[in-house]
Amino acid sequence: MRSRVSIQFEDFDVAAEYQALTVRCAGGVGAIVSFVGLVRDRHDSAEVETLYLEHYPGMTERSVEKIVTDAGERWPLDDVVVVHRVGALAAAEQIVFVQVASRHRDGAFAAAEFIMDYLKTDAVFWKREDRSSDTRWVESTGTDRQRRSNWERQGD
Amino acid sequence: MSVRVLFFASLRESTGCEALTLPLQADDVGIDELLQLLSSQLDVSALPALTAESVRVAVNQELMTGPFRINDGDEVAFLPPVTGG
Repeated sequence: MRSRVSIQFEDFDVAAEYQALTVRCAGGVGAIVSFVGLVRDRHDSAEVETLYLEHYPGMTERSVEKIVTDAGERWPLDDVVVVHRVGALAAAEQIVFVQVASRHRDGAFAAAEFIMDYLKTDAVFWKREDRSSDTRWVESTGTDRQRRSNWERQGD
Repeated sequence: MSVRVLFFASLRESTGCEALTLPLQADDVGIDELLQLLSSQLDVSALPALTAESVRVAVNQELMTGPFRINDGDEVAFLPPVTGG
């Protein structure tokens, strides 16, 4: 399995990622699933809001690489790309990109979802919502933890 | 001898500190001794946040899951719950 993990301030180009993958994987791959996470506009208020993402250089990359490796051990994957942005992001900007290529769609769909679920609970990032009136560190949700533990049960 | 201590996200803000270097009198220091040393460097009001149940500690970028010891040159990071994706 080929894989690439990139933690970066810059935006990413989904079309270019897809194009590069089709060149790398010509022939053997039967399914490509890609996911893009965007900054949601969380409030109806007119206040300016940005999402600030912090990471721990080195440890963050390894935490994402481990998730990708774990996905590769569960499903037969040919190629995985994960790009996660950090820094200050405005509403509607792209935050995260997951692209999984596999021989069949089952593994590609499942692995993309697995990687996203684990990015929420195990990858070393912290989100802060910055509004003109206040700032607030985002708290992890029970839903995210539940989704992760569902995978653990399936893996037993 | 010394250790480098890092604080991330909400803990960086509550301690008012991103990183500091703590001199060590001896190798093989436990978390309680480390917190004791930190109490001389940080505002006392910042300490309870560091010992919250949800806070994880990484030593040399490895998450600690059980009891651990800290040695000369280690990098110790206090991490609040992660919220990526």
